[in-house]
Amino acid sequence: MSATAAAAETEAKGSERRETLRRILQGDLASLRVVIGLALIWVIFQSQNDRFLSAENLTNLMLQITGIALISIGIVYVLLLGEIDLSVGAVSGLAAAVMAVLNVKHGWNPYLAIAAAIAVGLAIGLLQGFLFSRFGVPSFVVTLAGLLAWQGALLQVLGSTGSINLTDPKITGLANTFYDGATAWILAALVIAAFGALLLLGHRRRVAAGLEAESPTGMLVRFALVAAVTIAAVAVLNSDRGIPLALLILLAFVVGMEYVARRTTFGRHVFAVGGNAEAARRAGISVNRVRTVVFGIAGAMAAIGGIMIASRLLAVNQGSGGSELLLLAIAGPVIAGTSLFGGRGSVWTALLGALVIGSISNGMDLLALSSAVKFMVTGGVLLLAVIVDAVARQQRQASGRV
Amino acid sequence: MAAGAPLLELKGVSKRFGPVQALDRVDFAVGAGEVIGLVGDNGAGKSTLVKTIAGIHAADAGTIAFEGQGASISKPQDATELGIATVYQDLALCDNLDVVANLFLGREQVSPGPGQVSRQLDEAKMEHQTGELLSNLAVTIPSLRSEVGTLSGGQRQQVAVARSLLGEPRVVLLDEPTAALGVAQTAQVLQLIRRLRERELGVVVISHNLVDVFEVADRIVVLRLGRNAGEFDAEATTEEHVVSAITGVGAENKNGENGENGEEGR
Repeated sequence: MSATAAAAETEAKGSERRETLRRILQGDLASLRVVIGLALIWVIFQSQNDRFLSAENLTNLMLQITGIALISIGIVYVLLLGEIDLSVGAVSGLAAAVMAVLNVKHGWNPYLAIAAAIAVGLAIGLLQGFLFSRFGVPSFVVTLAGLLAWQGALLQVLGSTGSINLTDPKITGLANTFYDGATAWILAALVIAAFGALLLLGHRRRVAAGLEAESPTGMLVRFALVAAVTIAAVAVLNSDRGIPLALLILLAFVVGMEYVARRTTFGRHVFAVGGNAEAARRAGISVNRVRTVVFGIAGAMAAIGGIMIASRLLAVNQGSGGSELLLLAIAGPVIAGTSLFGGRGSVWTALLGALVIGSISNGMDLLALSSAVKFMVTGGVLLLAVIVDAVARQQRQASGRV
Repeated sequence: MAAGAPLLELKGVSKRFGPVQALDRVDFAVGAGEVIGLVGDNGAGKSTLVKTIAGIHAADAGTIAFEGQGASISKPQDATELGIATVYQDLALCDNLDVVANLFLGREQVSPGPGQVSRQLDEAKMEHQTGELLSNLAVTIPSLRSEVGTLSGGQRQQVAVARSLLGEPRVVLLDEPTAALGVAQTAQVLQLIRRLRERELGVVVISHNLVDVFEVADRIVVLRLGRNAGEFDAEATTEEHVVSAITGVGAENKNGENGENGEEGR
């Protein structure tokens, strides 16, 4: 009996190792692939223009991607359901316009104006989610209608002026505040300490429950990696203007929303509905509620992203939330490995994807390439990413995993 | 054979879908620690009977008693509350989630303390309970954190059965648990069914495969054209007897429908 048990154990160990290998090969560790891709992009642009990796340009890059990455966070949730939201660009513009009008024209307190703008985004998202789940209208169509309607609402809200300049320091400060010197290092130390504490806490909990826990070496490696990246990033940012407040806000949202997706009952239900809605329904999950809330999240995150973009540009105009913003916000997470087919992905892909797209755009600006080239290259990268996603899915199906 | 009053007893249950009489005064009973093989040809009413017990269709007529007490089952929650769990053929698992997540889907454990605010998952507790349950059932799965989509058909079936046990049911209905499984995997699933019997559960196995039914069942209940067409002690009967009851050819057929014996046994 013990001999068979031992045999079963070695068998289990072996298959676990094979499983890890297969994950890497089949691209479940897509984020690793993306990090390598990002490094490649950076090396190429740096070799063409040595200002690319300068502290100043990297800080600019961070500021450029914050708004779009915030919008992408909501998109990740929608993609996890296997749905799409085409209205986030228009919603981000409308929310920014609501904030601008309330603050500039009606003299509202800036925080109240921001809260109202986020509430508008949330309400729009919930409405679209309700229409989608209640009437079974494809999300594609509901949000396409939304795209048009909210763009009209943006023009309506802005009125005849067509453009509003933001002057309130509380609002413009969102994208134009930096923490440098000792403050930056204290922040870095806090982040590293918090990560270490969470790592230890998780380990202790598993040991207490009598489960196999991660080896100390693995934990040490992860800790060292996070600490090194944090220190390097702060060192670079500090040699320019410091850590942008916008970046801190973005990171807070990424970590918070990743926590919701991975660690909470609600997040688990989002993955379940995206994986097999019928199974989720039979397990007693209110599928319609999950769907409605997810679209609400997408609307709220679009509003937050729109506010951040407006703060950086110091203005809201008729073009806010328009042009390629929507497509890039969807392309980002997909490039970074969140599946278009639902049930697979991570909030981190919002940040990673925005970094990839932002780097390409920023680098081509430095090389003074035309928008024609920029669009074609970005389109090519998106196509490549979607093909990789589809191939990974086919391989999963071929090996009996849907 | 288990003794004592049956756990679940149906008497004279009928169910009609438009012109089709799917169940016609069917009697059915399962006791604790007993495995019933429910067999019959396509359209004999097996699935309708199971869905009636599971609360998906309400019966038109007849009585249902659970542990000797009258009970009414008109929706799935009624069945769940009585302690009846059903594992459907399509399993209803989420392939993109791991074994632990699937087992606890819809009844996730929430961490104590501050985690309650966000309804944080208590992964350690769930994984611990999953490990205990699966090892009690002697189910071997490479890793509790494997995605269910990576498991074999037999392992998926075992996960689905284990999941139905989390609600601590008294009766488990299994719809074609061995369909589309290989020999070794079928053996694993049958072994699991025997373990359910050891846990004093009432088990109902619907199957087309008489070999599997004879392997695991204590009693075999045959339905034919929506009616009871025979009940056999698995120890004391032969496959021929069961087949003739299924097809209605030959032996002890009191329904007098021998005219249309175009079909044949296996």
